[in-house]
Amino acid sequence: MDTIFALASAPGRAGVAVIRISGPAAFPAVHELTGAGMAGRGLSVRRLFDSSGDVLDDAVVLGFPGPGSFTGEDVVELQIHGSVAGVSAVLGRLAELPDLRLAEPGEFTRRALENNRMDLAQVEGLADLIDAETEAQRKQAQAVLGGALGAVADGWREKLIRAAALIEATIDFAEEEVPVDVTPEVSALLIAVQDELSHEIKGVRIAERIRSGFEVAIVGPPNAGKSTLLNTLAGRAAAITSEIAGTTRDVIEVRMDLAGLPVTLLDTAGLREAEDKVEAMGVALARERAAAADLRVFLMSEEEVPQDLRQNGDIAMRPKADLLMDASDAISGLTGQGVDVLVSRIEEILTHRSASAGLATRERHRWAMMTAQDGLIAAQGLLEQGPEMYDLAAEDLRHAIRALESLVGRVDVENLLDEIFSSFCLGK
Amino acid sequence: MKHSPVDVVVIGGGHAGAEAAHAAARMGARTVLVTLKREGIGVMSCNPAIGGLGKGHLVREIDAMDGVMGRVADKAGIQFRLLNRRKGPAVRGPRAQADRAIYRSAMLAETEAREGLEIVEGEVTDFLMDGLRVSGVLFADGSEIRAGAVVLTTGTFLRGVIHIGDVRRPGGRMGDKPSIKLAERIDSFNLPLGRLKTGTPPRLDGRTINWDILESQPGDEEPELFSFLSKQVEAKQISCGITYTNARTHEIIRENLSRSAMYGGHIEGVGPRYCPSIEDKVVRFADKDQHQIFLEPEGIDDPTVYPNGISTSLPEEVQEAYIRSIAGLENAKIVQPGYAIEYDYVDPRALNAQLSLRDVPGLYFAGQINGTTGYEEAAAQGLVAGLNAALAVQGREAVAFSRTDSYIGVMIDDLTTRGVAEPYRMFTSRAEFRLSLRADNADQRLTPLGLRLGCVGEERRVAFLDKIERLDTARSLLSSETYTPKQIGSVGIKVKEDGNRRTGLEILAFPDVAFESLIPLVPALSSIEPPIRRQVENDALYASYIERQKRDVSAMKRDEAQVIPHEFDFMIVDGLSNELKQKLTHARPETLAQAGRMEGMTPAALALLMARLRRNGQAKRA
Ligand SMILES: Cc1cc2nc3c(=O)[nH]c(=O)nc-3n(C[C@H](O)[C@H](O)[C@H](O)COP(=O)(O)OP(=O)(O)OC[C@H]3O[C@@H](n4cnc5c(N)ncnc54)[C@H](O)[C@@H]3O)c2cc1C
Repeated sequence: MDTIFALASAPGRAGVAVIRISGPAAFPAVHELTGAGMAGRGLSVRRLFDSSGDVLDDAVVLGFPGPGSFTGEDVVELQIHGSVAGVSAVLGRLAELPDLRLAEPGEFTRRALENNRMDLAQVEGLADLIDAETEAQRKQAQAVLGGALGAVADGWREKLIRAAALIEATIDFAEEEVPVDVTPEVSALLIAVQDELSHEIKGVRIAERIRSGFEVAIVGPPNAGKSTLLNTLAGRAAAITSEIAGTTRDVIEVRMDLAGLPVTLLDTAGLREAEDKVEAMGVALARERAAAADLRVFLMSEEEVPQDLRQNGDIAMRPKADLLMDASDAISGLTGQGVDVLVSRIEEILTHRSASAGLATRERHRWAMMTAQDGLIAAQGLLEQGPEMYDLAAEDLRHAIRALESLVGRVDVENLLDEIFSSFCLGK
Repeated sequence: MKHSPVDVVVIGGGHAGAEAAHAAARMGARTVLVTLKREGIGVMSCNPAIGGLGKGHLVREIDAMDGVMGRVADKAGIQFRLLNRRKGPAVRGPRAQADRAIYRSAMLAETEAREGLEIVEGEVTDFLMDGLRVSGVLFADGSEIRAGAVVLTTGTFLRGVIHIGDVRRPGGRMGDKPSIKLAERIDSFNLPLGRLKTGTPPRLDGRTINWDILESQPGDEEPELFSFLSKQVEAKQISCGITYTNARTHEIIRENLSRSAMYGGHIEGVGPRYCPSIEDKVVRFADKDQHQIFLEPEGIDDPTVYPNGISTSLPEEVQEAYIRSIAGLENAKIVQPGYAIEYDYVDPRALNAQLSLRDVPGLYFAGQINGTTGYEEAAAQGLVAGLNAALAVQGREAVAFSRTDSYIGVMIDDLTTRGVAEPYRMFTSRAEFRLSLRADNADQRLTPLGLRLGCVGEERRVAFLDKIERLDTARSLLSSETYTPKQIGSVGIKVKEDGNRRTGLEILAFPDVAFESLIPLVPALSSIEPPIRRQVENDALYASYIERQKRDVSAMKRDEAQVIPHEFDFMIVDGLSNELKQKLTHARPETLAQAGRMEGMTPAALALLMARLRRNGQAKRA
């Protein structure tokens, strides 16, 4: 049985995001991410790391051993900070684990049903939920496949069908006038798809951002004019898409379009030594959000930027330009001085980043593409050992194609037969 | 005249009918096999060859259930070849050229000897009905037989029309008459019908072929037989000849295209793409300047030769002209002209996985009438229908073959859930679990099932249990101890010096390691016989892939276990889209697994279906 995971809280920005993992590898997964085991039912606060040992996030980890859990299997819930980037990083990390995969909509429910963990009333309520999920997924798929990725994926489909058909022709029609050795053509097809896959896999994280927005944090000491600047930016922006008060009173988010890219501006709490416990928590959160954002705008001079927060490409501008003698590199939300400079720099940086983005937009796709790539590499290695290995190569290729199903559509034997019969004159 | 009632009546003595009758009789059902003529039992209407890729797998599976096709083919085989010998064992398929006469007489002898099976000659013209239920058959002469279940295996006899050029005449097969009256009865069931076509080449007189100038293709030196019980070939072995069409042949065909039944617009049925007529080949692959022809003798004492690769529906004189343009056939005499046949088939989606009509209880369909082509496909369906007819009469639970355990399961599922668009033939690529569904392990996959059902005789039971014991011995010798890389290296096997200890089975999984090379390491292995060695090797070769597929297999089995009752109403499942509801209502999947394979099904929709099924189940229990 696969172990599945998914974001269980509503997608998008929220204070806390819940990622649910269900299946035999749920507890081992916690071990992988936190470096420490988790025995059973209970709650603990853990730090999550990525594969190279860098910190992903701090999480509240809840364990529910089966069969007493929601699905009847071992279940773990990770409650993490709700930033899109953070959630996607943790999901990405989980997808890297060998026995885990992203759940399909409705799959948790299905497991709960299978294990008799739902009562009739819950079943009644299921319909609407699934309907909504399916609809959402359908729309998403349509958007993706209707777009540029659709065209690329069509190309993959064509090449993979051709490759699989060639191998199958040598197997199923060995007695007929078909080539014995199809390795050169099949290899060329597989390499072409592999190249494109690795290109898309690289681009997928940034593409995710294009879909759900870049986060730009405004960071500065209290009363540096962050809120004023935010208001000014919001006011001049062509489109404010939404305004959500942060779930903590310490982070305000404003969503707007900059150069056609969705951007969320974060107004974080002032950076200073906190005086009481509550404020200290706010400041800590502000720093975390700022660190996780895609870009930081520091309202301070270059020298004052805290080194632990600074990342490549960040912008520093001195605040309150209206009060300064030398206003170069300074900004004022009040008078609008320097605002244009800031906006065009943000645009420039984000546009530049998004240019390297691939077309795939979802973690699911990344997982599919990575699995497919593994399969293609394995298939190719086998092909090179000659026709004796074609049955195994065909199996790895089939595995790869199945992984890509969500992108290239279902490929079944009829598709292969169509290709075979149109390419070769068969029939003895 | 009135016969005494029986359990199962099988109509048709072709490959589906014979296998169905034998299966029912092995199950202990009193069975009658009705055929137009006794000599028609086991007739090969087309190429006298059994097996091949995918098809050979089917024959092995039939044999594993103690069916007849494999044993009869072994008796009649005059040339055995294991196809794909140079490829992995999963895709190797046994094939044999059969002596048509021996095949027929051996099949007849088996049938006459089978206890509980009676042959009745006659033409069935109608079913006896008991309300909606079929309860027997009526003959042309007015006699009847009552039966608990009826299996219909009449092949191409439903509105069969034979075409030779622009001459056409009704007929199920050359020399046979079509069953018009029966067809009308079947019409009254309102089954979805479709029209297919197939063709056959002219038969040649082998004494008029100039064999000396032709390439010849001998059989394998070590023949691979079909049956797990057969020990050796019985008939004399022969070689086949090979020749080619040429520019002149193609010219003659092209000039006369308009006179071909298929190209003259006389035929509307859909033909198999993998078995095109020579007309098709010449038109569709105009750039090819020759096509291969295998000249296959139809028997040891029979001079008839089957020229494989040039089936046709051109007029007789054109056939003669193009045949004579071919090297080695310059003086060849045509014994029987090639022809095309069009016939009705029943959309197999009207059947359930037992091959019984969903809406007409008591009636089973098997063979070409279900839109398949080929002896092996027909026989395999016969087996399924025969077993289930007997089980139903005995009030026992039906037997279901699964995509995870057999090619039979793959075929039945393909037919009953997806239907056919052209004559359905088995290919290994249809089996997603191809690596585990091998010809070499068909007995281990299916004989235990046969033993449970009771359709496996004593001889096979003993042989099978003995084989399993030997396999177990070999496997335990290979898994009881582990060896260091150094030990392994010392017997000449290359292995990574990673400090890991490995079992014999793990070493065997390395490419290029043969069973024999392990004997120095585990001397007791020298007592294991070669066939067992090969079997253990094959298992080891695929072990890691099969391990990976295990999840898919168990997920499919789980979904197959979730049965959707016949009367289940898909329209009341809240939350499913209307489109999906309609699709489901139309297709009527019998299990969650079948539903899941339908276009447009999502895991979410499946969860909904399951919720509804659970709720219905609970309501019933309450
Ligand atoms: C012309 C032709 C060409 C073919 N070419 C190929 C090919 O190239 N490749 C390939 O794989 N397969 C080919 N086939 C298909 C293959 O021969 C069949 O698929 C297979 O024999 C079908 O078996 P069956 O048992 O369903 O029917 P059949 O073997 O046709 O048996 C039907 C039986 O039913 C009996 N019967 C019919 N009506 C009645 C009745 N009313 N009462 C009593 N008995 C009745 C008949 O006498 C006959 O014995 C060809 C078939 C034909 C006819």
